[in-house]
Amino acid sequence: MKPFREHTGVVAPLDRSNVDTDQIIPKQFLKRIERTGYGDFLFYDWRYTPEGKPQADFILNRPEYTGSSILVAEKNFGCGSSREHAAWALLDYGFRVVIAPTFADIFHTNAGNNGILLVKLSEAQIKELLQRSQQAPGYKVHVSLVDKTVKDDEGFVAKFEIDDFRRACLLDGLDEIGLTLKHENEITAFESKRAARGW
Amino acid sequence: MPKTLFEKLWEQHVVRQNADGRALLYIDLHLVHEVTSPQAFEGLRLNGLRLRRPELTVATVDHNVPTTTNRSVIADPIAAQQIETLRRNCRDFGVRFFDIDAAEQGIVHVIGPELGLTHPGMTIVCGDSHTSTHGAFGALAFGIGTSEVEHVMATQCLWQKKPKTMQIVVDGELPLGATAKDIVLGIIGRIGSDGATGYVIEYRGSAIRVLSMEGRMTICNMSIEAGARAGMIAPDETTFHYVRGRRFAPKNFDKAVEHWQTLRTDEGAQFDRTVTIEAASLEPYVTWGTNPGMVAPITGRVPDPNSAQSEADRAATARALEYMDLKPGTAMQDIAVDRVFIGSCTNARIEDLRIAAEYARGYRVHPRVQAMVVPGSQQVKRAAEAEGLDRIFRAAGFDWRESGCSMCLGMNPDILKPGERCASTSNRNFEGRQGRGGRTHLVSPQMAAAAAITGHFTDVRKWQFKEAQSA
Ligand code: SF4
Repeated sequence: MKPFREHTGVVAPLDRSNVDTDQIIPKQFLKRIERTGYGDFLFYDWRYTPEGKPQADFILNRPEYTGSSILVAEKNFGCGSSREHAAWALLDYGFRVVIAPTFADIFHTNAGNNGILLVKLSEAQIKELLQRSQQAPGYKVHVSLVDKTVKDDEGFVAKFEIDDFRRACLLDGLDEIGLTLKHENEITAFESKRAARGW
Repeated sequence: MPKTLFEKLWEQHVVRQNADGRALLYIDLHLVHEVTSPQAFEGLRLNGLRLRRPELTVATVDHNVPTTTNRSVIADPIAAQQIETLRRNCRDFGVRFFDIDAAEQGIVHVIGPELGLTHPGMTIVCGDSHTSTHGAFGALAFGIGTSEVEHVMATQCLWQKKPKTMQIVVDGELPLGATAKDIVLGIIGRIGSDGATGYVIEYRGSAIRVLSMEGRMTICNMSIEAGARAGMIAPDETTFHYVRGRRFAPKNFDKAVEHWQTLRTDEGAQFDRTVTIEAASLEPYVTWGTNPGMVAPITGRVPDPNSAQSEADRAATARALEYMDLKPGTAMQDIAVDRVFIGSCTNARIEDLRIAAEYARGYRVHPRVQAMVVPGSQQVKRAAEAEGLDRIFRAAGFDWRESGCSMCLGMNPDILKPGERCASTSNRNFEGRQGRGGRTHLVSPQMAAAAAITGHFTDVRKWQFKEAQSA
């Protein structure tokens, strides 16, 4: 996993709530057996017409937002299916940060496991970021996991909370399996206890 | 200190507790399917790892498989490759695999319980959000991503932060015509599609206790649609009776039951949140929007965005109605359907098919409607055929299919065409879920059967049943 410390990038405003993982990556793209190459299919049904032409007004198709790497959305982002393909698609497209008021649980874990930082801000702060990025295309923010802040050049500053374990994993790009296997003795001890329960 | 059912299960599975609040939980059963596992197996290969406990892992194919006869020949080469990949991975890593032509094949959340793999008190995970289904047995069961699938394969454990607890108490008697599906749609309608994010739900109360295992599974299945980490129901005689005698039930069954009887919330235990619902206030429901919280009683109407509580709700409602092509104020019963899908891990068990068949018996599917019944598993299909349910459905003009996820998500050829409107017994009405541009309305099995016959949503409480006809 790629470590995450700090990132500065163009903000793409997606002013929708309950963005589910079926929208982030529709099912027809889940049949592949690789972890990469999903970026072209990100938000597919919103990005392309049924004939496969770009939908001109969708945010990611507007030239001002090409190369954006920070996505701002409304509440309950990533709800629905557990497909990690949603995180792979965001990452493959180039998103390193998603900022929203709330995230669905499984998506939260999947994003973390792929080095994507999810930042929770208040509804008011999200509104502010949506407005700024809609009004000034090319608008950038700087996200720091080191001091847990989101800032722009015009005075916007927001502190955010993140749990310590997830933060440590992101900062160091830690491999969880490797970490867990350090506790193999404890797992084995648990297993012998389990085997002794008698059914 | 008195404990909730969830707290008991949690404590019984903690291998290690970290100071940062994370616990390493032991996983008793890992279910695997073709869509969310290939990258996990590949990760093991790249790191030279094996499965720690292959015997606690069971795999099948369900999402991609065609539901037509002769389905071993799969036309879609990418789907075929995914299935072949799982077959090979199971062989290479020593995992029990129920292949496309196996007598045990079916939707992973249907076969787990019916084979007796799902036991009370277990921790169960699967790379699939509807793993919450197994909570109906008093198990702690939840969906995980593919990185976590790989982690469980390698370590048989998972790092988790302890979720909050919510009890949803449903007391009283369910009115005629309302089902377990209506209980859960009613709940999500009240608390919203993110109302339980961060929580594990325990469903309690007299209306839950009287439900069959099938009904309990329907409710726990849709916990994720309220955002919950998991949903559970304390095991009781109904549960023990269901598990007893099944192929993978515990060998020393009585001893297991002794333990299972302790798996209930103690008197006086505290939950972080409580929601109470009068069963008598529930009705048959139909969703009108693009998330499962957008729901109305069959006697209700499509809402007006302008009467929404907030600007965000107004925008979301307007957007949903535009996608669904519905006008505010339309009576739910006036909405006509093109397709009917009876299936999925929510409502494709034998009891679901029995009740749907009761409504279909002696009728014909409306000429405009194309209706299909997709049993949840091969075992369900055989049981239904032994009872003659397939003949009732076929005589009425329903398609009778092989088992799989089918049009619940349309990864196989069963999909809606753009603009088609479907009454579906599945669990998600997201945009494009059943096919791009398709419009999904979630309902119970009898509501789906009735809509197939009349061609529009119909109040099942007024249904005229037809007697069994002698052939
Ligand atoms: S039936 Fe639908 S919800 Fe259930 S596992 Fe299959 S795709 Fe997922």
